[in-house]
Amino acid sequence: VNRRAGSLLAILGALLLVLPILVDNYILSIAILFLFFAFTGQAWNILMGFAGQLSLGHSLYLGIGAYTAAALFSHFGIGPWAGLWLSMALSTFSGLIIGLLAFRFGIGGVYFALLTIACAEFTRIGFDHFNWLGGSGGLFLKVVQRDEIDLWNLRGTPTMFYYIILALDGGMFLLCARLLHSRAGFYWQAIRENEEAAQALGINTFRWKLLAIVISAAMTALAGVFQAFYYNNLFPEQVFNIARSIEIILAPVIGGVGTLFGPILGAAVLTLLGEVATELVTTLGWDIPGVKQLIYGITLLFIIVFLPHGIWPRLAAKLKVSQ
Amino acid sequence: MSVDLINLANVTISGVLTGLVYGLMALGLSVIFGVARVINFAHGEMMIISMYVASLLFEWFGINPFFAMVPVAVLFFYLGYFLQSKVIQPFITRPDHTQFMLLLAIAMIMTHSTLIVFGPDARTVSLDFLLESIELGPLLIDRGKLYAALVSFSAAVALFSFFRFTFTGTAIRACADNWLGAKITGLNIRKLYAIAFGLGSGCVAVAGCMLILLVDFTPALGPPYTLLAFIIVIVGGLGSMTGALLGGMLIGVTEALAGLWITPSAKSMFSFALMIAVLLVRPRGLLGNKL
Repeated sequence: VNRRAGSLLAILGALLLVLPILVDNYILSIAILFLFFAFTGQAWNILMGFAGQLSLGHSLYLGIGAYTAAALFSHFGIGPWAGLWLSMALSTFSGLIIGLLAFRFGIGGVYFALLTIACAEFTRIGFDHFNWLGGSGGLFLKVVQRDEIDLWNLRGTPTMFYYIILALDGGMFLLCARLLHSRAGFYWQAIRENEEAAQALGINTFRWKLLAIVISAAMTALAGVFQAFYYNNLFPEQVFNIARSIEIILAPVIGGVGTLFGPILGAAVLTLLGEVATELVTTLGWDIPGVKQLIYGITLLFIIVFLPHGIWPRLAAKLKVSQ
Repeated sequence: MSVDLINLANVTISGVLTGLVYGLMALGLSVIFGVARVINFAHGEMMIISMYVASLLFEWFGINPFFAMVPVAVLFFYLGYFLQSKVIQPFITRPDHTQFMLLLAIAMIMTHSTLIVFGPDARTVSLDFLLESIELGPLLIDRGKLYAALVSFSAAVALFSFFRFTFTGTAIRACADNWLGAKITGLNIRKLYAIAFGLGSGCVAVAGCMLILLVDFTPALGPPYTLLAFIIVIVGGLGSMTGALLGGMLIGVTEALAGLWITPSAKSMFSFALMIAVLLVRPRGLLGNKL
C-alpha cells in the first residue's frame, strides 16, 4: 500500500470513527447496514476473489452463525461472546463438509456454485421445519431497553452496534490484507488464475481451497452473530434465502472481486443506491411495490455492463493508488 | 388394488405429467447452457412473464393457452435472440460471476416489472373442458395435466428433430461441441448462439403457457422456478436434452410423493437433496456427457 492510499485510508477511518457524533440514528442504521455488507463481502471475497471458488450459498454460513448464537442465548442464556465460538465452529464445519465433498470430487466453477445454492436451500427448508428453533415462524431474542449498553450480552444502542461492526470491519480488512500477501494468498491467486498450473507447481490445491472456504465460512458466521443480536429476529425464509446470498456477493462484485477495497466500496455504493432509490420513489410518489428494486436492477445492469471488473479498479487508477 | 395403492399410482402419474412440463422448462435452460455456455439465471423469471402474457391473451381475447402458445413462443424466441445478441454476447468470455451478475440484474428487472404491471396477487387460468378427469379403470387422470404433458413432450420432440435433422440445428450442435472448429468452418457463431438462446426461451414460453393450466402464479415465483430448472438439468445432465425431460419427470414424481408422504412444504427439500447427491456422485448428471 503506497502513501497516497495510506492517507486516504486514514481519512476514511477517522470519518467512520466520528460518524455517530455527526449523524442521527436513521443514518447510523444505514451506516451499520453498509458496514455489515462490507464485512460479509470481504468474507465472501476470500473464497471467490482470492481463491476463485464461486459460492452462491453464503447465506448458509450466515444463517448457521446467527441461529447458533441466538439459540444458545435464548435457550440457555449463553451470551454472544461465548456463543460466537460455537457459531464459528459449526459454520466452519459446514463449510468444511461442502469443501471436502466438492473439492475432493473435483467440482468447480458453475457446478460448485450450484452445489452451494443447493446446500443453502436444503438447510433453509430444514430450518423451516425445525421447531426447536422456531421453524418458519421465526426465532426471537428478548428485546430490552435500547438506551442502556450491555456489551456483555450485546444489548444496547445503535451506536454500540455501529462501533462493533466498525471494529469487525477494521479487523477483517487487516486480516484480508495480511492473507492476500501471505503464502496462502499467493497460492490462492495461483489457483484462481490457473488451477492446473498451480497443481503442476506442486501446490496442494485441495488443501488451500479448503482453507479458503473454512476462513470464509468462519468470518461469515461472525456477521451472522452480529445480525442475530442487532435485529433480534431470525426467519429461515430471510436468513438462508438465496436472495441473502446474492446480497452478500453484490458488494464485492460491484466494487471489484479480489481487491481489498472493492467489497467496502461496493457496499457503500449499494447502500447509497438503495437509499437514493427509496428517496426517489417516495418523492415522486411511485409507491408501487417493485419500483425501488427495478431502479436497483437497472443500475446493477449498467454497472455490470460498463464496469465488468467492478468500480474499484477503475477508481484506483483514477486516484493513482495501488489496488 | 387397495385404496392406498391407487392413490399412490394417481399421485405418481400426476407427478410424471407435471414433470414433463417442468422438463420442457429445464430443456430450455439446458439448450442455452449446452450451446452458449451461459447459465441463464433469469430462466424462471422469463417463464413467469410468458405465463402472464398467455393469461392476458386468454382474458382479453379468449385465446386458450393451447393456441396462444404459438405466438408467445415466437415472441419469446425473438426476445431470447435479442437478449443474447445484444446484451449477453460480450459476456460469453467473461468470468462466471460476471455472467451471473448480469443475468441476475436481468432477472431482477423482469420480476419487478412484472410486479409493477400485474401486482403481487396470484392468478390462475381455468378452462372448462379441463375440469373433468379421465377415468382409466380405478385411476383418475387430470385432463389439464395430460394435455399439458402431451404438448410439452411434442415440443421437446420437435426441438430434438430440429437439432437432429436441419442444417441450422446441426450447425448449433457443432458450435456446442467445438466453437473454435465451428468458427473455422465459417459458421456465424454469434448468430447461432442467439438462435440457441431464442430456442431455449421458446421452450420456456411453451412450458409457461402449459403451466398456467396447472398452477397459480405470482411474480415472486420466478426465482423458485429458476432453481427448479437448475435442479432438473443437474439431475438430468447439463446440456443433455433427453436428460432434461427425464430429470423433469423424476423431480415431478419426487415432489408429488414427498407431498403425499411427508408435508408439501418440505417437498423441494428432497429435490435439493437429490441434486446434491447427483452433483457428488455423478456431477455430469444421469444422462450428461463426460465433463
